[in-house]
Amino acid sequence: MSEITPDLVRHLAGLARILVSDDEVEQLTKQLGLIADSVATVSKAIDADTPATSHPIPMANVFREDVVEPSLSQAEALSGAPDSYEGRFKVNAILDEE
Amino acid sequence: MAKAELMNYEKALEQFEVVIGLEVHVELNTKTKMFCGCKNEFGNEPNTNVCPICIALPGALPAVNRTAVESSIKIGLALGCDIQPTGRFARKNYFYPDLAKNFQTSQYDEPIAFNGSLEVEVPSGKVHNVLIERAHMEEDAGKLTHIGGATGRIQGAEYSLVDYNRAGVPLVEIVTKPVYGAGAEAPELAAAYVRSIREIVKALGVSDARMERGNVRCDANVSLRPHGTEKLGTRTETKNVNSLRSIERAVRYEIQRQAHILANGGTIIQETRHWHEDKGATSAGRPKSDADDYRYFPEPDLVPVQPSKELIESLRASLPEKPADRRKRLAAEWNFSELEFRDVVNADLLDQIEETVAAGAKPQAARKWWMGELARIANEAEEGAVPNITPAQVAELAKLIEDGKINDRLAREVLGYVLAGEGSPAEIVAARGLEVVSDDGALIAAIEAALANAPDVIPAIREGRMQAAGQVIGAVMKAMAGSADAARVRELLIEIANK
Amino acid sequence: MSDLIRKNASELVELLRSKEVSSVEVTKAHLERSDAVDGAVHSYLYQSPEAALIAAAEIDRQRAAGESLHPLAGLPIAVKDNLCTTDAPTTAGSKILEGWLPPYDATVVKKLRAAGMPILGKTNLDEFAMGSSTEFSAFGPSKNPWDLERIPGGSGGGSSSVVASFQAPLAIGSDTGGSIRFPAAVTGTVGTKPTYGAVSRFGVIALASSLDQVGPVARNVLDTALLQDVIAGHDKHDSTSLPESLGSMADAARKLDVKGMRIGVIKQLTGEGFQKGVSARFQESLNLLQAAGAEIVEVSCPSFEYAIAAYYLILPAEASSNLAKYDSVRFGMRVEPGENATIERVMAATREAGFGPEVKRRIILGTYALSSGSYDKYYGAALKVRTLIQRDFAEAFSKADVLVSPTAPTTAFKFGEKVDDPLAMYLNDIATIPANLAGIPGMSLPNGLAEEDGLPVGIQLLAPAREDARLYQVGGFLEKAHEQVWGKRMIDFAPELEVR
Repeated sequence: MSEITPDLVRHLAGLARILVSDDEVEQLTKQLGLIADSVATVSKAIDADTPATSHPIPMANVFREDVVEPSLSQAEALSGAPDSYEGRFKVNAILDEE
Repeated sequence: MAKAELMNYEKALEQFEVVIGLEVHVELNTKTKMFCGCKNEFGNEPNTNVCPICIALPGALPAVNRTAVESSIKIGLALGCDIQPTGRFARKNYFYPDLAKNFQTSQYDEPIAFNGSLEVEVPSGKVHNVLIERAHMEEDAGKLTHIGGATGRIQGAEYSLVDYNRAGVPLVEIVTKPVYGAGAEAPELAAAYVRSIREIVKALGVSDARMERGNVRCDANVSLRPHGTEKLGTRTETKNVNSLRSIERAVRYEIQRQAHILANGGTIIQETRHWHEDKGATSAGRPKSDADDYRYFPEPDLVPVQPSKELIESLRASLPEKPADRRKRLAAEWNFSELEFRDVVNADLLDQIEETVAAGAKPQAARKWWMGELARIANEAEEGAVPNITPAQVAELAKLIEDGKINDRLAREVLGYVLAGEGSPAEIVAARGLEVVSDDGALIAAIEAALANAPDVIPAIREGRMQAAGQVIGAVMKAMAGSADAARVRELLIEIANK
Repeated sequence: MSDLIRKNASELVELLRSKEVSSVEVTKAHLERSDAVDGAVHSYLYQSPEAALIAAAEIDRQRAAGESLHPLAGLPIAVKDNLCTTDAPTTAGSKILEGWLPPYDATVVKKLRAAGMPILGKTNLDEFAMGSSTEFSAFGPSKNPWDLERIPGGSGGGSSSVVASFQAPLAIGSDTGGSIRFPAAVTGTVGTKPTYGAVSRFGVIALASSLDQVGPVARNVLDTALLQDVIAGHDKHDSTSLPESLGSMADAARKLDVKGMRIGVIKQLTGEGFQKGVSARFQESLNLLQAAGAEIVEVSCPSFEYAIAAYYLILPAEASSNLAKYDSVRFGMRVEPGENATIERVMAATREAGFGPEVKRRIILGTYALSSGSYDKYYGAALKVRTLIQRDFAEAFSKADVLVSPTAPTTAFKFGEKVDDPLAMYLNDIATIPANLAGIPGMSLPNGLAEEDGLPVGIQLLAPAREDARLYQVGGFLEKAHEQVWGKRMIDFAPELEVR
């Protein structure tokens, strides 16, 4: 039985900053439930001693020298922005009025 | 913001044991950012030190700054830490507009350095051994400016503007283990600890360590528990307390605030709090909640850092003298009084005085200049401004006085010209013809010779008729071919008359 | 239909070098082909005829002036729309990026420009490369030139269909779980996912960073090799980029010899679940290899049973983080959900409107896999399965030089068949996913037609990390053997498209 509940879906959507309608919550709960049940089989394959692999090809110590490279111009940096003001990216207020 | 009720500090300490924990963020002074080649520079036009990597355009990938890693290892070694044999970066996921990628590239369970300690002396002279949990590498966020609303603060703002010049600047976060047993000195210990971290990173040359620019920032965790109990109390985390004095005040405030709540049967909410310097109080920020599920996972775009033994040992060998050892050595060498020395430390002038002494000045003369006239000038200038003079120039100035080439008054005048950029003190004295006969011995001889020819001048001065002095001053100037300091002659005449 | 467009890239290279044709002529021929067929096939999200012709004319001028040129100079190419290009909008198939013009070129794009290869346009893909059919592209699906009712594979259905419909001799793809190889299999073309790190990912819009790899797409093995040789190489801007060169793929493709090679058949990727024609053609290829002196051995990879599950945890987890940057602040779409909405609500509304259903599904699944309390059970366990899969491969490669399997269980399916059934769609990738989890190289090349539907079938070759050349050696041989058996190139069996 899946542990994916509508409340969990709403919580996860909140963490992922995605607005979801009630219909979407219902649909996602169903779909994610099936997927989660299916992918949960991974825990059957392993034991505690199995090491984890986060990078497919083992490498280490890849560094960039501390040398300045050209930056974008301010205009280039802002070129894709939906809104900007005086050289800065403009966004709506961060907090609701307290 | 309603002001919280506070318990009297001494009473709070009678009832509760204080436990603090400190998280200090140190901005490294590398030439470039942590993960891209943009300049790591303060004060440029907004969004000019940015590239696809640090403004997180689609497709961009990070690349680790070698110098930043070495600086982090140096900090770890200076704090007596073990260095992580294999350390990965990790992504800390949360949404905020100053965080371009909406995750911070940081380290999670494999910090570059861990398990260290630092001896910290508080003003009473007691030395506390503060245990270091870890030091890890991460990146700074951009800078938000809140526009509109009454105060320009985040509350009530109409909109906000983002500058990503600071985004990606390398940070090392140093986290202590819980610090017990500081008692009433906990606030002083917190400040002294941050001061020590500042001294260390400055001595290492890895950070500009200027708190007023945010190079060193402190988050202070405070919790209380009744004396004799084991269980740690609920802690609050006061964020971004940005001066040593504020750290001390904020910790003290939290102790009093929490004590009042606990003593009245309340509970402490685990939350982030903000320090308000103007009000001398903290206010509640966001409570810790499920929303703080940062979903850390290993950063797949970066490979692990595996410092070799050779690298670690060569960095260890390059470490400068420990600040505490250095202080002890300098105190002995300079022979200042305890108070004088502490003042120098508090004024953060050890480097300047050491260099001035190295350039040939006597320690007391060096102290006098840096703590006196130069400190006064610095105080009058804008915050953080450094007087435009080198320790070598100060030493030269002191030497001119010592050699009797100029007197104190003229030296202050010369200093003014040095600060104005006219050159070194000796050059200025030569160029402006300020090399005066300030040798009082020669002057007094000339004065006495002149007085021998004018026996009624001294009685006249004693009676307050200063115009009588003119005759003698004229004679002295003539005898010294104009190179005498007339004002000094006048002063000496008065001294003689008043004997 | 101009003869030029049906030629292999290697042939065009010769014609260009000998100045029998100009780059402008070759480029124009492909642009005209697109005018005629792309209305039906929809390979492109954006075409850049002017820029391509300017680049072509410049190469022609340089050639006339006797300047030293890259061997592939003048050969036009199509690029998947998840690689950043400064002169063409880059959308990754998503509404959230519609119209975004990057201020920088991907490293691979820089290499193409440096080689003098005119870029014809940007090819379609499932949104952020999440899908196996291009049905999840926000801008409509691409069609399979063999049957316009069928999917061209995904996510790189734009790149597979663009070469299969002769609109471009070469294309760039990207492969996170089979997005180059599956489209190649169902369109009768060739595609390689190189060793992880062999080709720079800088400027490639990330899906899952530890799985993504850019690779070449073409109609035959040698052309694919020539393109891999252009785009491969170390890039200091990609920290996971391999420091060493893997040698010439084109040289390997020209060997046409498999004598003495050990070819491993992966037990878990044969038999049940594979379409009849797929299995039959696979067996025939084994016979061809054996007849040419290769040794066929069976290998077992028991952990492959968990590969799809691990993949559908690791991919969403990394994607959920990679796709967090689409927040309406610095680029892309912004949706205001009402007056005086906070930035938090603007972000949520933008991501709701800008992302399609599959992307949202995977972001939320990935968020779940990483969340506290789930990490060990899901994401952490998936990383451990990854170790087991690497061990399976290590064991298999101790017995075989190259592993083989069908690329996909079936031939191209019809539009709509699996779009509402995520799990069925995910099963498509069963043979291709293990290579991404292990970082090893894989190739799909045509393996004849399935008798039951007349559609192309693919065979997958896998080699150990850094041994990409083995794929081209075996692939080159198999391709030649098939042409002898079938009498012509596989792509020449494709029906003529109706020309507009």
